[in-house]
Parts: sequence; structure tokens; C-alpha cells
Amino acid sequence: MTTSARSGSRERGPLARIKAISLLSPDMSGRDARAPRKRQALRGIALPVLLLIAWEAASHLRLIDPRILPPLEQVARTAIVQIVDEDLLYHLAASLVRDAIGFTIGTVTGIALGTLLGLSRLADRLATPTFNGVRQIAILAWIPLISIWFGFGEAAKIAFISAAALIPVVLNTYEGMRSASNQLVEVGQTLRFTTPQLITKLYLPSALPSILTGIHLALIYSWVASVGAEYFMTVGPGIGGLIIAGRERFQMDLVMLGILILGLVGFLINRGASAIEARLLRWRPT
Amino acid sequence: MAYYTLRNGPVGRVLAGDRGATRRKVAVSPWLRPLGGGAVALVLPLSLLALWTLSAAFEWLPPQILPAPADVEHGLVEMWRSGDLAKHTAISLLRVVYGFSIGAIVGLALGVAMGLSRTVEDYTRPLFTAFAQVPTLGWIPLLMLLVGIGEGLKILVIAKAAFVPMTMNSFAGIRSVPPAYGEVAALYRFNRWQLLRQVMLPGAIPPIFTGVRYGLTHAWMALVAVELLASSEGLGYLLVWGRQMFWLDAVMIAMVLIGIVGFGLDKVMAIIERRLQRWRFADGARGGRA
Repeated sequence: MTTSARSGSRERGPLARIKAISLLSPDMSGRDARAPRKRQALRGIALPVLLLIAWEAASHLRLIDPRILPPLEQVARTAIVQIVDEDLLYHLAASLVRDAIGFTIGTVTGIALGTLLGLSRLADRLATPTFNGVRQIAILAWIPLISIWFGFGEAAKIAFISAAALIPVVLNTYEGMRSASNQLVEVGQTLRFTTPQLITKLYLPSALPSILTGIHLALIYSWVASVGAEYFMTVGPGIGGLIIAGRERFQMDLVMLGILILGLVGFLINRGASAIEARLLRWRPT
Repeated sequence: MAYYTLRNGPVGRVLAGDRGATRRKVAVSPWLRPLGGGAVALVLPLSLLALWTLSAAFEWLPPQILPAPADVEHGLVEMWRSGDLAKHTAISLLRVVYGFSIGAIVGLALGVAMGLSRTVEDYTRPLFTAFAQVPTLGWIPLLMLLVGIGEGLKILVIAKAAFVPMTMNSFAGIRSVPPAYGEVAALYRFNRWQLLRQVMLPGAIPPIFTGVRYGLTHAWMALVAVELLASSEGLGYLLVWGRQMFWLDAVMIAMVLIGIVGFGLDKVMAIIERRLQRWRFADGARGGRA
């Protein structure tokens, strides 16, 4: 493809221009302009590998203080020590359990509240503006208030995580309920569905894609919120607490390990949620 | 909090709440009608306020847990008079302006470069994805060790928060420009600069602006995070300080202010967005001369 484009640019006239542009933005000449997969993969790892080499070199040649930039093998050693001798896995499990509890509370409350606001006009007029006002406050700004009301223990952390999970679920459930087709509702009414029937047979299924989007976001938010909660309420085990402890003790390797786990868990949660979402929505015509 | 932007489209719209979401016109319940449309919204906050006042008057809760509304008002007036409130707000805003500008410009440049060139995309995308995977909150302790807890830390953290959505959306924006536009530009023998300046960038403006607004929202949240963790000035610090002193009135005032400023920043961006895109509507009115 590259060769043909190159020979093309030697031509004269508009056609040559199109090909010349396709060099600038190959998208325009279709997907076949992509570099072969293998080369693409090689290019993808080029920068990360270069960075890692530079890191190793800088650390070993003492260009940068190894306390600030510990060599890679030291980070790996810390990882092993933390897993085998220390209780990294315990911290991770504590964070995940906390995350799961907060997420569940937030999601269940969120679906209920979103359904109420989405279906009841009265509730919508009364509470939606307040809800929209309150959610303007950046979620982390709640931490000081929550810590006064609930202390620094598990209750406070779970309250905070639930709040973080609640917001996207309410918003998306609300939108989903609102977007239910009027015709379907009319059919339901003709068939004399009772209100609970309307909700379970009609509104909830038709809002499901939107609700799942909300739950997906809630999963991501509640993980970040778990770590955030552990940063500020440092009582008890957790990955966030581990990172903060690493910073206080100036153990860069521990901080890096913590961040790596943070990113990895976030990535896995996101992937898992996408897969479940796709599976639950199989029935939908695409 | 760093993930809004992983998805555009419906999620983005729903998260944005008021942005373009279709709202069915709702009739007011008959018995609320005398209150009028807007006033109904005030019923809940006013009842809460009444409950709060009652609770304070009868001392159902100790004032360290829930100060009286009058105390909060008194605190507000005092902090306003002493200029503390304005000072902390100004410091926070200035940090966001610096950090956001840096992050947005770098993000725009990277996003556009990735959008225009497959080569740049191939080289940078995996590294960028890995970088974006760790939430802003995760980078703060690392950066604290690297650059200390000075002003540089705040700017860097805020810049990172704005950089990620900005890159993603500018990239998606450039890719969303219909190929036909490029072909027309080719017929007119545009050079690369003309193509970029007159076709690609204007075509990509709507998604780029989505990036700007998410970037700014994220920047504001990152500011709160970094000021909570390491700061001696700013609205986030006001929260921490109020917490330590058990001055809940200060905590509440700071929270409300954080909400208002965040909302205001987004609204300002929405206005700029509409202004910048006026040509689209103007063209439409004239029957589209694109």
C-alpha cells in the first residue's frame, strides 16, 4: 500500500492529491492502509520498551537517585516480597470487598431512586433539581463531611463508595426510564398491566441497556472511590493505604507497585463489565 | 473519576445531564400547580432547611456534627468579609487555569497527531492507554515523591486530568471527519496546513469541545483531590482545615463553593462552545453551503 501511494504521488492531477492526502491520513483510503498487524504491535511496544531501558539506565548509572527511580528489578523484588512475606493480597482483598459492598449499596439504591425519579412526575419535579444540584459537588469533597459523620472506619468508607456508585446509576436509570417507548407503554396500559407489572415487564427491560451503562460506570467509579477513601481515611487495610504508607516512608517501589495494581484492577473491572454487558444485551438487535 | 471519556455518545450525554438529553415536557401535578414550575423544585431543599433549623433549635444532634444554619451563615459572612473565601477560590481557579491549559494543549496536539497519522497512533496509543488506565488519584502519591508537594505537583496533576480526555476526544474528532471532505479538499489542492486548518480542525470541533468540557470537569475534580492531599491554600485545603478544626460550617461552605465553581466552569465552556459553533447553525439557515 505504501508503495502504491508513493508512486501515486508522482502522478499529476487531483488523483495524485488524493493519494498524497491518504499518506497524511490513511483513513481516507480505507482500512487496508493500516500497517500490517505485526509491525503495528512492534511500533506499539517501541516507546514503552525505550522508556523502560531509559529507566533502567538512569537508575543504574545513578543519573537519577535510585530512591526516586528504583530499578525495575527492585520493583519486581518488592512485588514478590509483598505477596509472599507481607500481606499485599490481604490489602487487595480488603479493598475489593469494601468496593463490592459500597458498589452494591450504591447501585441498588441508585436503581430504585432512578426508577422513582424517572417514572413519577411528582418525584421528578420535587427531587431531580436537588439531586442535580448536589451532584455538582466533586465527589471527593464529601470526604471531610463523611468522615465527621461516620468516623474514619469501614462505615465512612462504604458510605463514600456507595455515594460514588449511586450518581451514575441514578442518572442512567432515569434516562432509561424516560426513553421507554410511548407505544409500548400504551400497549401495556391496553393490556391492563398493573403498575408493578408495567415496571418489571416494560420499563426495566427497556431501560436495561442504559442501566447497565450506569452500572458499568459505577463499577469504575467505586473502584477509584475505594482507593480515594483509603487515601484519606487511613484506618484499616487497603491498597490505597499501602500507597500512602509507601509515600510516607519514601518507598518508591511500593508506591509504583500500588499504582500498577490500581491500574490493573481498574482495567480488569472495566473489561469484565464490558463482557457482562455485551452478554446481557445479546437479545438486542444491533 | 478519570473515566468519563472512555465512552462518548449516550453515556457522555447522560453523564452531562443537561447536555442534549431529551426531556419530555412534564405537566405539574394539579395540587402543586399554584406553586408554578420552578418553585416545586424548591420544596425539597426548603423542607430540608426547615428540618435542619428545627434540629439545631432542639439540639437533636451536637453542633460538631451538624452546626445550625445560622452558624453557617455567620461563617459565610465572616469568611467573605475577611477575603478568605475569595483568596482560596482565586488560588484554586488559577491552578486549574494553568494545569488545564497545559494538559489541554498537549492533549490536543497528541490527539490531532494520532488522528492524522496512523504511524503516530501505532507508536503512542498503547503507551497512552496504559497511562490513562491509572486514575489521576493514583498518580498523586507518585508525583508527590517525584516533584514534592509544591505548586508543580498541583499543576502536573491537573494537567494530567485534562490531558487524557482531551487526547481521546481530539483523536476521535479527527477520525470522525468524513473522508469525502478530505477528497473535496484534495480537489481544491489544499496543502497539508490548509487541510488541517480548514477541513480537519473545524470538522473535529464538536468532539474536541466535548474533550475540553470533560477535561475541565476532570481538572476541577483533580484540583479538589490534590488540594485535599497536599496543600496549604485553596478550596480543598479549606475542607481539610475545617475538618481538622471541626468547623463544619467552613467544610459546608467550601463544598458548596466547589459545586458552584465546577458548575460555573462547565457553563462558561458550554457558552463558548455554542459561540464557536455558530457558523454551523448559520450555514444551516442559509441552506448549507458546506
